[in-house]
Amino acid sequence: MTRHLRKMPLTALFGFAVIFTYACVAIFAPLIAPYPETAIVGPEYMPWSDEFLLGTDSLGRDMLSRLIYAARNTLGIAIATTLIAFILGCSAALFAATMQGWVDQVISRIVDVMMSIPTLITSLLLLTIFGTSVLNLILIIALLYSTVVFRIARAVAMGIVVMDYVEAARIRGEGMFWIMFREVLPNAATPLVAEFGLRFTFVFLTVSALSFLGLGVQPPLADWGAMVRENASLITFGDLTPLLPAGAIALLTLAVNFIVDWMLHVASGLKD
Amino acid sequence: MTQTPLLTITDLVIQAQSDDGPKTLIDGLSLALNKGEVLGLIGESGAGKSTFGLGAMGFTRDGCGFASGSVIFDGIELTQASPKVRRGLRSTRIAYVAQSAAASFNPAYSLIRQYSEFPVLAEGRDRSAVEADAVEAYRRMHLPNPEDIGFRYPHQVSGGQLQRAMTAMAMACKPDLIIFDEPTTALDVTTQIEVLEAIREAVREFNTAAIYITHDLAVVSQMADRIMVLRHGNLVEEAPTAKMMSDPQEEYTKSLWAVRSFKAPAKPLPDAASTPLVSLKNVTARYGPAGPDVLQNVSFDLHKGRTMAIVGESGSGKTTSARCAMGLLPRSAGDVLLDGVSLPPDYHKRNKTQLQQLQIIYQMADTALNPKQKISDIIGRPVTFYTGLRGRARTERVRDLLSAIDLDPNVYFDRYPGELSGGQKQRIGIARALAAEPRVVICDEVTSALDQLVAEGILRLLVKLQQDFDLSYLFITHDIATVESIADDVVVMQKGKVVEAGPKDQIMAPPHAPYTELLLSSVPEMDPGWLDRVVQKRALG
Amino acid sequence: MHAVLKMVVQRVALGVLTLLVVSALVFISVEFLPGDVAEQILGQSATPETLAALRDQLGLNTPPVERYFDWLGGILQGDFGQSVISQRPITELLAQRLGNTLSLALLATLISVPLAVGLGILAALKRNTWVDRTINIGTLTAISFPEYFVAYGLILIFSVKLGWFPSISIVSGTVTFAERIHLTLLPALTLTMIVTAHMMRMTRASIINLLALPYVEMARLKGASQRRVVVVHALPNAIAPIVNVIALNIAYMIAGVVIVEVVFVYPGLGQLLVDSVAKRDVTVVQAACLIFASAFIIFNLVADVISIVSNPRLLHRK
Repeated sequence: MTRHLRKMPLTALFGFAVIFTYACVAIFAPLIAPYPETAIVGPEYMPWSDEFLLGTDSLGRDMLSRLIYAARNTLGIAIATTLIAFILGCSAALFAATMQGWVDQVISRIVDVMMSIPTLITSLLLLTIFGTSVLNLILIIALLYSTVVFRIARAVAMGIVVMDYVEAARIRGEGMFWIMFREVLPNAATPLVAEFGLRFTFVFLTVSALSFLGLGVQPPLADWGAMVRENASLITFGDLTPLLPAGAIALLTLAVNFIVDWMLHVASGLKD
Repeated sequence: MTQTPLLTITDLVIQAQSDDGPKTLIDGLSLALNKGEVLGLIGESGAGKSTFGLGAMGFTRDGCGFASGSVIFDGIELTQASPKVRRGLRSTRIAYVAQSAAASFNPAYSLIRQYSEFPVLAEGRDRSAVEADAVEAYRRMHLPNPEDIGFRYPHQVSGGQLQRAMTAMAMACKPDLIIFDEPTTALDVTTQIEVLEAIREAVREFNTAAIYITHDLAVVSQMADRIMVLRHGNLVEEAPTAKMMSDPQEEYTKSLWAVRSFKAPAKPLPDAASTPLVSLKNVTARYGPAGPDVLQNVSFDLHKGRTMAIVGESGSGKTTSARCAMGLLPRSAGDVLLDGVSLPPDYHKRNKTQLQQLQIIYQMADTALNPKQKISDIIGRPVTFYTGLRGRARTERVRDLLSAIDLDPNVYFDRYPGELSGGQKQRIGIARALAAEPRVVICDEVTSALDQLVAEGILRLLVKLQQDFDLSYLFITHDIATVESIADDVVVMQKGKVVEAGPKDQIMAPPHAPYTELLLSSVPEMDPGWLDRVVQKRALG
Repeated sequence: MHAVLKMVVQRVALGVLTLLVVSALVFISVEFLPGDVAEQILGQSATPETLAALRDQLGLNTPPVERYFDWLGGILQGDFGQSVISQRPITELLAQRLGNTLSLALLATLISVPLAVGLGILAALKRNTWVDRTINIGTLTAISFPEYFVAYGLILIFSVKLGWFPSISIVSGTVTFAERIHLTLLPALTLTMIVTAHMMRMTRASIINLLALPYVEMARLKGASQRRVVVVHALPNAIAPIVNVIALNIAYMIAGVVIVEVVFVYPGLGQLLVDSVAKRDVTVVQAACLIFASAFIIFNLVADVISIVSNPRLLHRK
């Protein structure tokens, strides 16, 4: 393991550095941000200055502070959603792979139907019905992405379940929980961890996209996707400002992708 | 008059790149091969046979390269030659026959299309003339329907036929040298014999030089004029076949030859009136309610303390019968009795005692042990599960079991399977079965995936454990030599039916049932004249 | 019946079944609304009498199953019902916009597919060289970007700074073909960038897997040149995986189109959908979702059928 860490390519190192920075910003937001999240501190659309390092937004709030606080909100939502999606998807997958038979068939068919509509479309439909609150957002996206997690976790689990050592445990008379959690899960951990990173990026992008469309985090809370929308008109004046929150999203996704790419490379044992 | 050898290899070193620096696969090998000569290259897995064979054509796999030495084919130095020159030699002067024909034929093209690819491309011949040649070649290989078979696709043709089609393809441009890389290893004995015959005829007819790579001693003695023994990339011994067979010099060579001489001590015949320990009576089984029967009316008895070998080729139903006995495949008719008491068809319905008394050891040790569990847990869990021992008592028991399988408990207690060799992993599989304190152990091809020497060690261990723990074995195998070695009773199976059953000496001696005759006579013997004799005999009878 | 034909028919049947199930789900989801469509339409001015009258008029008093079949029947004849907000027939709203979205998607596909497949094959052949590594980092970067980041970035460069293209793509019915291309190029490029990156990575992975197979090594051992190995031996077996990759990405594009249309204010189905969601115009949302879902299902169906038909094991029976 340490051997791999030493030979990490620059891209992965970059990725870890970025993630660490974001984590610090999110955790220590109140200590870092110069101004409060939702307070109006000056005139609207001020350019970058010493007083407001990144200027003010459409209502006169400090851009930099909002960017910092948004790290908390956006990341928090994305992580919570990914975790729920994972727990849901992995449990269902382990269950289906261990039980097999009609249990597996029924769950797989349900997942197939859920996956036959693009995620964004379904979330738009469901948000119309149930209303756009942060909780709804988290639950709906988690449910939808649990289907992808299910597919992948099931594929991994199915590969393990046919192994002789699982059969040996079965004919010993081991119960379902033992087989799921002591025989199958330890061998599924590595591919699933990489998958977690990958799913996180998709969840993150989808949550931000919905916020960008006005359907996610509601004002006055700061959220990167919503901030792009709030300040979009500035683009026509050649002002970079709307690109900042968008860039924050892009940078984090890039960092995670670099790390996942490296993990997959190591796991597949490819020779360079 | 000495002729210049066709192929001269001098001190060849092939290395592979790895994270820890270059790894030597071939460590300074030399050979001289004359036109029309057949060289047998023999060794265990990892000896470097394939790498050397490919090296003889000037080819190295991704990540490998020629570190030093020379390979001179008809005056051309292959290690220095440009890729273009090396490519130009392939198919036309040097050809290769792969181990798995099924994987080496392109699924998108017909056989004949692949046959004619290089005669047309490299020699500029006319396609229809080449295709006529192909039909002749298929006829020489004794393939059924030679006129039509070429137009089939690889997945429509059986393994043995594909292997012969591949040999025919290799000869399409009448090359000077063919490299055969374990061409019959994946085939059943009865198919193997046809392929061996075809290869030998073809090589003789065109006076082609050949390098024949295999791990099977008896096969190499049929095909080769000279034999080279490889181990870990080094040459152990080289001699003409007859001399090598009768008078090997090196210890390692002798140990390879001696493998088949282990014989378990004979046991007295069981009392015919006593209840067999395990009994299958008219067992029929199928996969799924509408599938064909995979077992039909299978009956045999295993008496206490004896080893019963269930022998047959692939698809014979030998493993399936065992799985039926274990309850993994519920039988659709018939009965399975343990000590006279009927066992439920499905293992879910069996009680703990019943499950305990019947244990199984798997063929592939890699998939039989959970890589994320320590040895102490792999063996310890059944101990706790069946005997209830925990804590110190359990540790003691696990250590005793490790000693019983000849592995030092101090070394192996905390190891993971990934740190063990194939033979050691198989021993752990045995210990796991023993942990349950069973009466019957089913050994499912437990030595088939192991090298000869390691396999012999496992067989000796099993015999010893049988005496120490009063075990009875159902030993599934396709290898006749193993049957001779350790079986007391034999069941011969073919296509889901029992052909013959009885004490070993009775089954292995004539008169035989026709299929048994076919099976036994297809097993290569360590006598260079064996193949000729069998071919002649079959041509007559 | 020939194995291939049988499998194709089975797959098509499955596709039709999925479409029906999805349409039912889309229909049922509306039932979860607190209150019903009539309350939505009348809003604040609803009284019990007006509600009852409107419900009668809209046929809301019939049982749900019957209403479902009425709705489905209507759709199959081209009638998508009425907008809750504007009372106008939805079919009118859809027609023009569907055409716009399709032309945008088509333009993006025409650019991205050849580019992605070509680059993917190139990267696979030149595996682990600097060419491959550069392409790898490039595509990894592209797939990390949200669509609006790329969109606003392109607008900033090509629209504001360079002035080559408009930042808003109002395409009406009266534009010429050339004008249409000019207006839709930036949105199409946005879509292309990200989709190409995904497709290229997947193509590269499939080709690498293919090149590791034994029969490819066999081709080299027979003396085939690298070019011949790839073109004659590998490519015919690569059709199925590559087609799958393309279909997967069309699916991805369907989601991306929504964002792109919003950024560029492009009058397509995606923008209609988002507007309707904001206004809670349920019936329009239903209709638009159904169309997107159907497109997705049909593309996957076509991809699967092509996979089946190009599989030599199925084409030539045992």
